Amino acid sequence: MGRSLKKGPFVDQKLLEKIDAQNDAKSKRPIKTWSRRSMVTPDFVGHTFMVHNGKDFLSVYVTENMVGHKLGEFSSTRKFLAHGSLTKK
Amino acid sequence: MARILGVEIPNEKRVEASIRYIYGIGPTLGDKVLASAGIDPNTRTGKLTDEQLAALTNAITGANITIEGDLRRELGLNLKRLQQIQSYRGIRHRRGLPVRGQRTSTNARTRKGGRRTVGVTK
Repeated sequence: MGRSLKKGPFVDQKLLEKIDAQNDAKSKRPIKTWSRRSMVTPDFVGHTFMVHNGKDFLSVYVTENMVGHKLGEFSSTRKFLAHGSLTKK
Repeated sequence: MARILGVEIPNEKRVEASIRYIYGIGPTLGDKVLASAGIDPNTRTGKLTDEQLAALTNAITGANITIEGDLRRELGLNLKRLQQIQSYRGIRHRRGLPVRGQRTSTNARTRKGGRRTVGVTK
């Protein structure tokens, strides 16, 4: 079930502050964040985020197409280990 | 065989049923469209008069619904967007795995297709 429209998109307050600070400083340095639950709003566009995946921070460059998605969608929490071939013991 | 909107050729069934041959029109939209065109859903498609067919075409174009090629293209674009932005859903689509969080340890055969043995073979 989707989120009620009347509440508007959810963005972590701390993350908002970081973005405002970046916008004021006109800088585009990567913003480190744990807030995977934050929705990408139009003012995120052009920034780079280092989104935590539980272990590392994966770099996510936000483009216009990503608006409306959550940051966590771009930072995989899974690691795929290939099915290897039989190796000699 | 009646033709509605160019390519659509619903057959000699009741209009209610044959209108669903149009990609993008199912039971709900079909009923709505027929009601707005003022056609009895039980009449056979072949028995429709030219005016009724015209009214039906008008009702469909006037209802502002995307159908056929437009709808297919829209769906394709949505898929492309998800894949292009490297989102989780896009990646699942690309890999042919379930997109909405279903389990994949077992089942998920619809997405994964037939069984393939993976892993170490002796």
